[in-house]
Amino acid sequence: MATATDTRLLGKSIKRREDPRFITGRGSYTDDLKLPGMTYAAFVRSPHAHAKIGKIDLTQAKAHPGVVAIFTGKDLTGVNSLPCGWLLPELKVPPHPPLAVDTARYVGDPVAVVIAETQDAALDAAEKVKVDWNVRPAVTATAKAAEKGASQIHEVAPANVAFKWQIGDAAAVDAAFKTAAVTVKKHIVNQRLVANAMEPRACVARFDAATGDLTLWVTSQNPHVHRLLMTAFVLGIPEHKVRVIAPDVGGGFGSKIFLYNEETVCSWATRQIKRPIRWTSTRREAFQTDAHGRDHVTDAELALSRDGKILGLRVKTIANLGAYLSTFAPAVPTYLYGTLLNGVYEMGAIHCDVTGVFTNTTPVDAYRGAGRPEAAYLVERMIEVAAVALKMDVAEIRKKNFIPKFEHGYQTKVALTYDSGNYAAAFDKLLGMLDYRKIREEQAAARKQGKLIGVGFSTYIEACSIAPSKVVGSLGAQAGLYESGIVRVHPTGKITVFTGSHSHGQGHETTFSQLVADELGVPMEDVEIVHGDTGAIAFGMGTYGSRSASVGGTAIHMSIHKIKEKGKKIAAHLLEASPGDMEYVNGQFQVKGFPGKAVPFGQVALTAYVPHNYPEGLEPGLEETSFYDPSNFCFPFGAHACVVEVDRDTGHVKLLRYVAVDDVGNVINPMIVDGMVHGGIAQGVGQALWEGAVYEDDGQLVTGTMMDYALPKADMLPMYETERTVTPTPVNPLGIKGAGETGTIAATPAVVNAVVDALRPLGVDHIETMPLTPERVWKTIKAAKAGR
Amino acid sequence: MYPAAFEYHAPASVADALKLLGKLDDAKILAGGHSLIPMMKLRLAQPKHLIDLRKVAGLTGIKEDKGMIAIGAMTTHWEVESSKVLKSKCPVVSETAAMIGDPAVRNKGTIGGSLAHGDPAADMPATVIALGAEFVCQGKKKRTVKVDDWFKGIMETALGEDELLVEIRVPALAKGTGAAYLKFPHPASRFAVVGVAAVVTLDKEGKCTKAGVGVTGAGTHAVRAKGVEAALSGKKLDAAAIEAAAAKAADGVDVQADLQGSEEYKAHLCRVFAKRAIEAAVKRAHA
Ligand SMILES: Cc1cc2nc3c(=O)[nH]c(=O)nc-3n(C[C@H](O)[C@H](O)[C@H](O)COP(=O)(O)OP(=O)(O)OC[C@H]3O[C@@H](n4cnc5c(N)ncnc54)[C@H](O)[C@@H]3O)c2cc1C
Repeated sequence: MATATDTRLLGKSIKRREDPRFITGRGSYTDDLKLPGMTYAAFVRSPHAHAKIGKIDLTQAKAHPGVVAIFTGKDLTGVNSLPCGWLLPELKVPPHPPLAVDTARYVGDPVAVVIAETQDAALDAAEKVKVDWNVRPAVTATAKAAEKGASQIHEVAPANVAFKWQIGDAAAVDAAFKTAAVTVKKHIVNQRLVANAMEPRACVARFDAATGDLTLWVTSQNPHVHRLLMTAFVLGIPEHKVRVIAPDVGGGFGSKIFLYNEETVCSWATRQIKRPIRWTSTRREAFQTDAHGRDHVTDAELALSRDGKILGLRVKTIANLGAYLSTFAPAVPTYLYGTLLNGVYEMGAIHCDVTGVFTNTTPVDAYRGAGRPEAAYLVERMIEVAAVALKMDVAEIRKKNFIPKFEHGYQTKVALTYDSGNYAAAFDKLLGMLDYRKIREEQAAARKQGKLIGVGFSTYIEACSIAPSKVVGSLGAQAGLYESGIVRVHPTGKITVFTGSHSHGQGHETTFSQLVADELGVPMEDVEIVHGDTGAIAFGMGTYGSRSASVGGTAIHMSIHKIKEKGKKIAAHLLEASPGDMEYVNGQFQVKGFPGKAVPFGQVALTAYVPHNYPEGLEPGLEETSFYDPSNFCFPFGAHACVVEVDRDTGHVKLLRYVAVDDVGNVINPMIVDGMVHGGIAQGVGQALWEGAVYEDDGQLVTGTMMDYALPKADMLPMYETERTVTPTPVNPLGIKGAGETGTIAATPAVVNAVVDALRPLGVDHIETMPLTPERVWKTIKAAKAGR
Repeated sequence: MYPAAFEYHAPASVADALKLLGKLDDAKILAGGHSLIPMMKLRLAQPKHLIDLRKVAGLTGIKEDKGMIAIGAMTTHWEVESSKVLKSKCPVVSETAAMIGDPAVRNKGTIGGSLAHGDPAADMPATVIALGAEFVCQGKKKRTVKVDDWFKGIMETALGEDELLVEIRVPALAKGTGAAYLKFPHPASRFAVVGVAAVVTLDKEGKCTKAGVGVTGAGTHAVRAKGVEAALSGKKLDAAAIEAAAAKAADGVDVQADLQGSEEYKAHLCRVFAKRAIEAAVKRAHA
């Protein structure tokens, strides 16, 4: 265990303090909550992707033993549409009722809720609700949604187009293509994914009729955002009469950011029946109703000079938004995507054009990486396509185009200013770990024996530490993206930290206590981290976009600074010194350079609460609040490589090596960051090779169970070889960039590039659609052979 | 609970189980529950009664019996996988069991459950076909069904509605015999997208005197690859002969296209895995 005698806790791989309770089954999740008088909700959902709702017959269901109440969309009077929290110019915002009223628009769209004394009774009675469905044609395919004759999903959105958005300089790109020696063009399908957090979504809503208070426990990555959206926009109940608690939450990957139908309906219904209501999603419901991710269809073109410099990038993307606008859906395929197309390269010009479309599918929103994986995949795929066209080595073409090392800002062609970067250094380190020359030799030898071995790279960048409020506000965000951190020092010198960040697997209780213990020179055990409760925490924007350490951590750091400043005044008073002469070293306030003239932290804390001998005019107490709003995004980057072998008989891809160098700036706990990287790589590999939500044309989700949707499993992955370079960000005082999404962003292109490289001897330079299932690879091999 | 309501029965003998099965309306036998319960949780199956065989005496265990190995229907995949008798007399059965799902599935699921259920993608069917197994069913009378009469369609077998599968009998491998089962696993479920079992007996000259080949996964139910067997029989099994025989692996399979593959691809996989399984079996026969 770390103690105050450790010189510095930052940078140490301290074991996660939350893990003992999680791995011994003593976590406290929403579904664990037991309240007197609890009732249970089950939702009646549309079995059709697109259907008019006719008569709903509740007779049998109401007669089912144990049923307390049943509500349909028509009963939800005074309840508004679920809001969209990011508005683009001319965005079409269709109504999104918590229970569908006239029309159901995807399989799983809820139309009624059954509340009963037991979960069994609720599920059984829900089966007895009879709905007259008038089935309409559905449209599910991204590329077909806006085509003539496609079924119209919302009145407000003709041709199912939600928005058209663009960024960059179209004229400059046109000019670049005119002068380019070489141009390449590819069709790229970035398939739809299901987040699949281990804990399914759940909520408990309790209305206390005596006080008029509503408490909602919900699987949320951002309880304050949940409260704000629900109270201010949907239910119209005063915010101060609502408390939202997100207790232990078992993973989110973005899917638990959003305000969903179920918690909204339960929060409304508890006020009607005046009893608490619990709802827990089944895995099948999770597949059908948790917001999905990705789902882009893109045509990309790259223009280059003869010697391989990138002159222009032209991108046209159709992004599938699903049946309704989920909370932050419009931001993902626009500002979190188009702005990242500059990659780590100097580019002459960029233009990106995005059309967002509605389809009869589950709503799509942020999924780990959110927009940035789609951008990185495109850029990293295209640069390898270009290398083939130019007969250049894929490492060489990257080196040729890297933005040179910089410490204070690099202006991209797509609005962002990168913070600090040293892209070639990370790549060189990777090449060394890989022993690149040797691996190419081995590959050549293996090819002679007819083996298909491939090496693929990904030198990615991402924007995280989300985000400067002013900037995102100007881009359409309906919220600020600062974070709060309160540090409360108790009279005994023990410390409670209240953070607006929310841990749903990230390990904040360890990382933040490590940060505080380090900065104050106190034992980690003396620091408690409180998160996930609007009743305890000032305000919070929550956790996503790799923002907890960099934004949430900085807010805590700022409060610690204020604590130290106040402490200096108290200590100076006790020592009859001047506050300006004080410094804080090793857990004590001392006269600069005189460790013997000092007051320990604990004594200052006690004095602040028992202010008998105390500076004139200074407020008692030792508690500070800070809100940190970053001045810029942070831009982690890195270089990943993958080595694969393709079985030419079956198309099966075997991962031989996976090597990663990430630069996430300064690191608080290397083990936790490694864990983030490992999990992220698994998800990125999953997208490349196995995962994919597949809809039939009629809108049925055919990959709707764990038996069909292939998540990566431990035995499908190699041992990762990971390293880091450290380029601190100048954006925040901690120098932390953010580490939550790098693996997911980097891994997908590295793997796909490796598979394509394996097939190079057959003349293959691209595979359009992920995942690279064995059949898809086999067909590619077959077509390549036929084509020669 | 996710399934619809049902009543649970736990008889202690085969006779009692059969009595319940005859008497109760809409009753299902419960073995390891690893096929039935997932379907009940999705409410795709909603039996009114479950008759659990776990307390029924005499349905587990593996023993040699007149050149055959008798495996009780309620023997778990794990017991099959780790059986000393099978490992020495007919290891391919153990190896097949070891490829089913994951340890949790194998500790609960039973060989009888798998073969009574007849999932088109189950592994054991290919192996029992290649071996020429027999199924002992107990209803009012006891009868033995040959494996070639067992698999009838998607989750459809020769088992009567009022019968229990009580035992599976596989032959001990004769001298000069090699056997192997190879599968292409579904990336999510680990069931066989395609699985092929091959059993070959070679004489002193290395000629194939007997061949059994079973194919699972590709069609609506596992089948015997008669064309492959015929092409192997009487031949010296060199690479060309194996290749030529394996080319017939999809003949007679009603290949079903699904997310894991088109008809073309799955038929191709049948051939690839037939070749690999035969190669492995021949190698073992030589050893
Ligand atoms: C996650 C997962 C992965 C799996 N992966 C694989 C795999 O890779 N390969 C594979 O082959 N299988 C796989 N399975 C299926 C597994 O092998 C099952 O255990 C098996 O198919 C059924 O056996 P059971 O004992 O569980 O039968 P149950 O589920 O209890 O019963 C199945 C059916 O057979 C009937 N039945 C069972 N026993 C008898 C009997 N003695 N007499 C008459 N009727 C009977 C039941 O009434 C029921 O209809 C998997 C299952 C799961 C859950």
